[in-house]
Amino acid sequence: MPGTKEIRAKITSVKNTQKITRAMQMVATSKMRRAQERLRAARPYAEKMRAVIGNLTAANPDYRSPYLQRRTSVKSVGIIMISTDRGLAGALNANVFKQTLLLIREWQGQGAAVKLCLVGAKGMAFFRRLDTPIVASVSHLGDRPHVKDLIGTVKVMLDAYRDGNIDRLFLVNAEFVNTMTQRPIVTQILPLDPTQDGEPREHWDYIYEPEAAQILDALLIRYVESQVYRAAVENVAAEMAARMVAMKAATDNAGKLVEEMQLIYNKARQAAITKELAEIVGGASAV
Amino acid sequence: MTQPSTIQVDIVSAEGEVFSGAATMVFAPASQGDIGVAPRHAPLLSMLKPGEVRIQTPDGQEQFFFVGGGAIEVQPHHVTVLADTALRAKDIDEAAALAAKQRAEEALKDRSGLITQAEALAELARAAAQLKVIARLRKIRS
Repeated sequence: MPGTKEIRAKITSVKNTQKITRAMQMVATSKMRRAQERLRAARPYAEKMRAVIGNLTAANPDYRSPYLQRRTSVKSVGIIMISTDRGLAGALNANVFKQTLLLIREWQGQGAAVKLCLVGAKGMAFFRRLDTPIVASVSHLGDRPHVKDLIGTVKVMLDAYRDGNIDRLFLVNAEFVNTMTQRPIVTQILPLDPTQDGEPREHWDYIYEPEAAQILDALLIRYVESQVYRAAVENVAAEMAARMVAMKAATDNAGKLVEEMQLIYNKARQAAITKELAEIVGGASAV
Repeated sequence: MTQPSTIQVDIVSAEGEVFSGAATMVFAPASQGDIGVAPRHAPLLSMLKPGEVRIQTPDGQEQFFFVGGGAIEVQPHHVTVLADTALRAKDIDEAAALAAKQRAEEALKDRSGLITQAEALAELARAAAQLKVIARLRKIRS
C-alpha cells in the first residue's frame, strides 16, 4: 500500500499541532480575562489622579508646570510605542508598527525630529533596523506588567520633555475594542490638558506639604506613568485576544486539513484493497 | 449617643483599588511628619513617605495598609490616598532611567547581528530544507 503510511504520519503530525494551537487558544482566553480585570482595576487610580490634578491646577492658576505648557513650535516629538514580546498574535504588532511609522512620517514631514521609546521585544526587533533614534527600551514585562518596570523608560521621556529635547509625547498601543477587534491607537500624553472636564469648580485651596508646585509635578509624573502602565496592560489584553483568534483559526484549519487527508487516506486504502482483490480473483481464474 | 461622624476613605494604586470605605480616623505618613485626619479636616494635599496608613473603621476596628509613598488628598468628607506601587527615590528612578537608555543602546549596538534567536532558527530551518532538496536532486541525477 504505497502512500498510506505517509498520509497517516502526516495526519498524526497535524493533529499534534492542532492540540498545541488549541491549548494556546485556551491559555490566551484565560490570560485575556485576567488582563481585562487588571485594566478595570487601574481605572480608579487614573480617575482620582485626574480629579486631584484638576483641583490643584484650578487652585493654582499662576503656577505653570512644564508638563502642562503647550509649546507653539514643535522641533522634536517623542513616541512611546508598546508592542508584545512574543508573536503568533495575528497582525497585532504589524498594525501598531504601521501606525507608528505613519506618525513618524507625519512629524518628519513637518520638520520635527522623532525619538522613540520602545516597550516590548517585537518593537525593538522591528525598529532597530530603521534609522529613527531609539532612546529607551524595556521588554519582557510578562503578562502582568508592573509600574515599577516602566518608571525608568517613562522617566527618560519625561526628562527629555522637561529639558525641551522633545515638545510632544505620544503613546501608541493596541487598543482592546473587543475580543474580535484590536486596533492601534495614538494618544498624546504630553503636554497634559488638565481642564478636560469643563465642570465649574467651587474655589477652594489646600494646605500643601511641601509646596504646591512640587506636589503637582510629582503627581503629573505619576499620572503619565499610570497612563503608560494602562496602555501596557491594555496591550496585553489585545495581544491575548489577537492570539486567541489566531489560534482558533489555526485549530480550525488543522481540522479541515485532517478531514481532507482522511479522505485521501481512505481512497488510497480502498484502492489498495480493490487492487489486491483483483489480483486474487485474477490469480484464481488463471488456475 | 449619636452615630460617630465618618469620613470616606479611598486608597488606590496604579495597579488596583486597595481600600474603599468609611472611617472615623485616618493616620498617614505625610512627608513632613505623620498626620491624623478626622472628619471635617481642612483640605490638605501632601506627599507620603513609605510607611503605614492606619484606618479606624466605624465598628471600632483598625486596618493597616503599607504604602510605598505617594500622595494624600484630604477634603472635609473625603480622603484619597494615591499609593505608589514601587519604592520611589530620586536616585532609584535615575538608575532605572539609565538602565532603560542602556538597554536601547545595547540593542542598537550589535547591528551586525540584526537577527534574533527566533529569526536565526527560522533561517536555519530554511537552510536545512534547502540542503535536503539539493541532496535529493543529486541522488536523482546520479
